[in-house]
Amino acid sequence: MSVLIPDSVENIRRPNVFRRLLGNPMAVGSMVLIAAVIVLGLLAPVLSPHSPNFSSLDAVNAPVGTPGYLLGGDSSGRDIFARLLASVNTAMLSAITGVAVALLIGIPFGLISGYAKPRTDSVFSWVFNLLMTFPALVLLIVAFPITGGSYVVMMAIFGFLFSPSIFRLVRNLVVAVKRELYIDAARVSGLSTARILRRHILPAVRGPIVITASFLAGVAIAVQAGLAFLGLGTNDVPSFGSMTADAFANLYVYPIQFLWPTIMLAILSGGFVLIGNGLRDALEDSSLAPTKALRPSNPEARHATARAPHGPAQTSEGPSPLLRIRNLRVSYPTTGGQMKQVVNGISLDLNAGGVLGLIGESGSGKTQTAFAVLGLLTQEARVEADEFTLDGHDLLSGDAGDLKRLRTSLLAYVPQEPMSNLAPSFTVGAQLVEGIRATKGGTKREARQLALDLLRRVGIVDPARTYRSYPHEISGGMAQRVLIAGAIAAGPRLLIADEPTTALDVTVQAEILDLLRNLQTDLSMSVLLVTHNFGVVADLCDEVAVMRSGEIVEAGSYRNLYRHAEHVYTKQLIGAILDEDTYRTDPVATSAYPDHSEGSVGR
Amino acid sequence: MTTLLAVRDLKVQYPGKGFRQPPSEVLHGVSLTIAAGETLGLVGESGSGKTTLGRAVLGLVETSGGSIEFNGQPIQDLSARYRRKLAKDIQVVFQDPYTSLNPALLVSDILSEPLLAQGRSRQDAAASVAGLLDRVGLPKDAGNRYAREFSGGQRQRVAIARALAIAPKLIVCDEAVSALDLVTQARVLDLLIEIQRETKVAYLFISHDLTVVRHISHRVAVMYRGDIVETGTARDVTTSPSNPYTQQLLLAAPVADPAEQTKRRHARIALRTS
Repeated sequence: MSVLIPDSVENIRRPNVFRRLLGNPMAVGSMVLIAAVIVLGLLAPVLSPHSPNFSSLDAVNAPVGTPGYLLGGDSSGRDIFARLLASVNTAMLSAITGVAVALLIGIPFGLISGYAKPRTDSVFSWVFNLLMTFPALVLLIVAFPITGGSYVVMMAIFGFLFSPSIFRLVRNLVVAVKRELYIDAARVSGLSTARILRRHILPAVRGPIVITASFLAGVAIAVQAGLAFLGLGTNDVPSFGSMTADAFANLYVYPIQFLWPTIMLAILSGGFVLIGNGLRDALEDSSLAPTKALRPSNPEARHATARAPHGPAQTSEGPSPLLRIRNLRVSYPTTGGQMKQVVNGISLDLNAGGVLGLIGESGSGKTQTAFAVLGLLTQEARVEADEFTLDGHDLLSGDAGDLKRLRTSLLAYVPQEPMSNLAPSFTVGAQLVEGIRATKGGTKREARQLALDLLRRVGIVDPARTYRSYPHEISGGMAQRVLIAGAIAAGPRLLIADEPTTALDVTVQAEILDLLRNLQTDLSMSVLLVTHNFGVVADLCDEVAVMRSGEIVEAGSYRNLYRHAEHVYTKQLIGAILDEDTYRTDPVATSAYPDHSEGSVGR
Repeated sequence: MTTLLAVRDLKVQYPGKGFRQPPSEVLHGVSLTIAAGETLGLVGESGSGKTTLGRAVLGLVETSGGSIEFNGQPIQDLSARYRRKLAKDIQVVFQDPYTSLNPALLVSDILSEPLLAQGRSRQDAAASVAGLLDRVGLPKDAGNRYAREFSGGQRQRVAIARALAIAPKLIVCDEAVSALDLVTQARVLDLLIEIQRETKVAYLFISHDLTVVRHISHRVAVMYRGDIVETGTARDVTTSPSNPYTQQLLLAAPVADPAEQTKRRHARIALRTS
């Protein structure tokens, strides 16, 4: 067998996280500022003529710009500029110590706790939760006699006390990633736990850890300054806190001394928080947002097409179809700035009482077509057509409110995933009543009675009980019945069902198809059925339209099309249907048989 | 024919949801065998326990009773170390090719990983990648791309290549073609059959779709609520089933032929009302 490469390779590349971070002016500004400050700190021995602790009586409270004292002297006659640069180093050392300790404790334990058995997880979580209840700042003050005022030791304790926040973050991320199938696949491949953690789990949790570390650095710098301001910590090492405290004593006489350390502190501590924010935005913004300029500014422009003006469409040829589509096009703006067309000019008619199947594979544009009729496409979608009428009313022009009312009165929609279309926190009955009153009005009592009748009508055995149930208490098939009940409440002329049975088991699927068929006959509705399953079409549809890449390649009576397909693609699709009377007949391939045995998939 | 896998009276329980809730049993004593080079189709609806059975064979869930033997050796509840050794014999292809491949890894890394885990050298593993890609009909340069750049069908080919990497004797295919389009599904099934003829690998092919199972399986087992209700050759089970549930399942699946489908629907409604 020569193996073809049938599927097109999707080449969607997102700009990487770093690129996106560079697009955020706030983050870039913060990074530049922080980098500059760090460089200043590292160059301290070169830049400042004095040692930060050297004091001279001449320089006591010297004004800004005194020769050799760029920012003046403090109350002890020390060079403020020299002390400022030394404080930057203290702050950075504090941040690095605090963050490093928090990460070194939090990450390994978080990884183990998230990945291990529940019992280990509970023990670790309990210990770290306990640690989290300790008041960090108070403990640091109490521990002062032990630390002896060393900033590094104090920040190490700080890191230890903040490790639970890292632990909890990592653990929760790991628990989420652990359920991914590729982790199971790695286990089956025989990878050791350590290797799985390193290769598969750590990369997935890396981003959020970096963000939190950045925030934590900002906090560490602020906490260190706070402690020093309170006088906790050695006097030999200059820091923003001790500088602020010195300046504070002079606040009324030389207020400018107060300015320098506070500005630096704000830049460093705020900068890290802003970088963290930028990183978070860069990681979370993974969408391919269309360029804003492309979005048409007024709603009229969305439908600006060159087409003949016409009133309520009433053509001379026989009864006008309920739904009439001529040359429908749906397109979306792309990041490149062009419009990408997903429906390329399709035409179809659906008569009153008819059942039309719209069949195609994923990405063929069948759902886009159905959603265009329902008016459910997103804002940026551009819908154009030569003719697009429902019961003689144009769906492309006219007041948005009128169109909405028209659709509500004539159309009904049954979705693919029944469960995700029911709100989990309201009872089935409440949701039905809300829908009924929105479309038909009436009192609550009337709506309730109608809802119960409808539930009985769609074959629910105990309507009162289902009415009281929450969505999680009913099965998928039951949920689909409920949605169908809601859909037929207003007596629609056209029911649009988008893969209504795809998420259901075959035995349930058969029941739902029976229900749809009965309702269609009893209420003489039209049905537009979107599906990829030829069996579903065979069960329900008179007419069928085969879609591929946004075009209808062939349409007509299904009976005819199944037997005498003309288009190559239709033939290919029908050929790919696994035959009902085909089963495997070739013998089991054991080594007793030669390679490429004669056996085949026969009839 | 030599028996490769023998599952006897297998029971699996999941722990209760709340505090002190009794565990719920999802497999109530299931038995089946797979011969070397054979495909056993396991069909059932959601919640029937078919996926759990597959995961028990793979060692991804703990068993609570019965035995699983591979080549005559019991393999249930092995220690992690022995389980890793077994990886060279039992592999898996999952349903969802979107989550079963790590989006952050290159295809060549995904394919060489199982080889490295078996202690093969890096050069050796890299050399095998091209052959594996060719084996599943992907272009050679596919190795330098990320799995997320491929379509569903191509990703499933990558997943099959990963399973084949260390030449296993059994591959558990858990709904391996269910997420694929019709045409792609037929091609992947053909690929699996072709690989089986060449490598003599056995499949435990789990699916909810009787049509797919019939196409690839030598024998078929039908699961219903944690029990196997019927086992037999693909022809017997899928044309003249003896179990009422299997009959229902068979008639419920709609067929593409409109005349045949009308007949089938009437037969199903008759069976239900009788």
